[in-house]
Amino acid sequence: MTDPLLSIRELRVRFDTDEGVVQAVDGVSFDVERGETVCVVGESGSGKTVACESVTRLIPMPPGEIAGGEILFDGEDLTEASEKRLESIRGGRIAHVFQNPQSALNPVYPIGAQIVEAIRLHRDVSKQAARDRAIDLLDRVGIPEATARVDDYPHEFSGGMKQRVVIAMALAADPDLLVADEPTTALDVTIQAQILRLLRDLQAEFGMSIVFVTHDLGVVAEIADRVVVMYAGRVMETGSVHDVFDRPSHPYTKALLDCLPGQGQSMRPIGGTLPDLKQPPAGCRFHPRCPHATADCRTGTHPELLPVGSGHDAACVYYGPGYDSTVIRGESVSESRAADGGDAVADSDSDHDTTGGDC
Amino acid sequence: MPSDPLLSVRDLKKHYPITQGVLKKEVGRVKAVDGISFDVTPGETLGIVGESGCGKSTAAASLLRLEDPTGGAVVFDGDDITDYDDAGLKRFRRRAQMMFQDPSSSFDPRMSVGESVAEPLAIHGMRDRRRRRRIVENLLERVGLSASDFDRYPHEFSGGQKQRIALARALVLNPDLVVADEPVSALDVSIQAEIISLMRGLQAEFGLAIVFISHDLSVVREVCDRVAVMYLGEIVEIAETETLFDDPQHPYTRALISSIPTPDPARRDERVELSGDVPSPSNPPSGCRFHTRCPEVIPPEQFDLEQREWRHVLDLRLRIDKGIDVDDVRAFLVAEDVADAPEAVPDAAVERELRREFDVPDALSDRAAEETLSSGLSALVAGDLEQARRTLDEAFTTVCEREHPELERTASGSEPACHLATESVAIDPPANHD
Repeated sequence: MTDPLLSIRELRVRFDTDEGVVQAVDGVSFDVERGETVCVVGESGSGKTVACESVTRLIPMPPGEIAGGEILFDGEDLTEASEKRLESIRGGRIAHVFQNPQSALNPVYPIGAQIVEAIRLHRDVSKQAARDRAIDLLDRVGIPEATARVDDYPHEFSGGMKQRVVIAMALAADPDLLVADEPTTALDVTIQAQILRLLRDLQAEFGMSIVFVTHDLGVVAEIADRVVVMYAGRVMETGSVHDVFDRPSHPYTKALLDCLPGQGQSMRPIGGTLPDLKQPPAGCRFHPRCPHATADCRTGTHPELLPVGSGHDAACVYYGPGYDSTVIRGESVSESRAADGGDAVADSDSDHDTTGGDC
Repeated sequence: MPSDPLLSVRDLKKHYPITQGVLKKEVGRVKAVDGISFDVTPGETLGIVGESGCGKSTAAASLLRLEDPTGGAVVFDGDDITDYDDAGLKRFRRRAQMMFQDPSSSFDPRMSVGESVAEPLAIHGMRDRRRRRRIVENLLERVGLSASDFDRYPHEFSGGQKQRIALARALVLNPDLVVADEPVSALDVSIQAEIISLMRGLQAEFGLAIVFISHDLSVVREVCDRVAVMYLGEIVEIAETETLFDDPQHPYTRALISSIPTPDPARRDERVELSGDVPSPSNPPSGCRFHTRCPEVIPPEQFDLEQREWRHVLDLRLRIDKGIDVDDVRAFLVAEDVADAPEAVPDAAVERELRREFDVPDALSDRAAEETLSSGLSALVAGDLEQARRTLDEAFTTVCEREHPELERTASGSEPACHLATESVAIDPPANHD
């Protein structure tokens, strides 16, 4: 096996605020192989965006600070890289796509000019060649009649089309890694399906790796090869998309799957609230909301990621010595769901009455 | 219907004029809501779903006369609210309340949440401050907060908590109807689940009817008893929730349902993909408004074309109708190094490029159709746009474009507005003329 393209090791990012130090990312590690799509999934405040923006140091510093860990991109530690070095990597070998395409485009320049700028920033080519490439990229991302539209302004495009333009711009310098942060969240479902298909096709064509940040498990199932589940600045579970969905192994992952609406079985709220990252709870970060929490979960440090299968890890004490992990994993999800589908409502009442998740 | 409807909407319309110049001359109309009808019975939850721009939020606002409807009737408990004067409207709004998407912008940051929740009581004449406070404190507890939260301010609450407070405010007058416009869209899934189960519990307790507007079909499936699907200002299908999701009758409903990402990686490639964006409501397509994107659009009877092939041919034809600049295609081919100058690009290459752009095969499976198409394209490439349009428009037309379908009840129990669902078309397959 070759080295991973991106390897994040024990990354710690904190923000100095007036109310105290927020430990947004607290010892996060994961790898991204070449040509692979890794989804980082979590609720708001889980640190998923901060972790991914730290890769090219897009977080504002100060108040932000990378307090520890390594970000190895193709063997080079980006936490040590100079600002100048990072400038050439941003938009070059690592490109970002953000949630809101409206704010990623400059409203007073035609889209073509913006793509040409991105191309010429990283490639020494003539204006005409850059323009031809811009048209070609717009065509690849599915903008109809690219030649006619290259001189249009952002407001002349719909939301979905704008996101295509932003993706074309991200592809300008043939990146090795595309970091897409909630790129479909602002779009309608039908348009979202188009963009997800586009990203998959482009990945097959260009062979790039994608880090896809999202809160939507449905989208994860649609696009991921591997999944990293984050909660309160820590990785709770990581594994292949099939392992994580077929055999969710961390109580948090299970809870997240159970609160999805419209899946045919009763939806169960998680109950409780996200912890305050200025004073994270001792022990497992999820223990105040976890139905299986024991005394060990409430003290000490957050559990380490422990293997639960091949390439599948979960940070839960139940996979350590002296615990019975079947308590968490039960049978496969579909079986356990079918088994307790009937009394699920009663269950959620008794388990989650902490903050009025009950009815 | 088990009981008389609480709310009965008939042919509701809301058009916004597009004006130009100093005299504000009306040059067009955005038909945001264009003739929708539905009933809501007491205690029922009706969902309205659709993509952005389909008019669902305008419909919500028109229901409570936050926007004055352009036409149609909204009958609430026997009275048409479009006839109400100010006093009548105030009485009506005591019984019908609204909840909005963004809980942060729907509270006054300088009022304590208790004051905000109590305000409707004061407006509707409850003078006794202590009594107001008692009612609100009780209600805050019912929505899962505590009575002591009365004196706190909106910024002290999280998004989910603020949405609980918004729910308390909507319920404080003990209404019969709540119109909720995307009430959980701004929330995380885990919080969403809490608000949904809270709404459900309170609905049963208060006997509320809810009109639930959302773009999220999973949420709608979880919450609603019946669902109306809107597209470009019209309802294209309305049915009981389970009927709609198990056996959707309208191609748009099918496409919408199939684009919901399911949390099951094994089911990745089962998507019906819709091409293109929603057309502008100021100039909606003729006939069935969905025909410009419909993957099941009915082919012309005289040709034997595969469905996908026909879809692409129709896309190409509609694009030519809108006006297409062949010189742009030539310029694109020059950029692609097909030729050195636009004039040097061979006509055949332009035709091929047009077919490629619209995924039309180099030769259609039906010979007669192919002849018409290539003669039309030749005319287009030769610069005779009119001739091209005439040739193509005459041959490649569809009932979906000519006739507007009405909502009609089908055997499944659903009411789609689609020519495919009406018997005459569904039974006779397109005739084969070889």
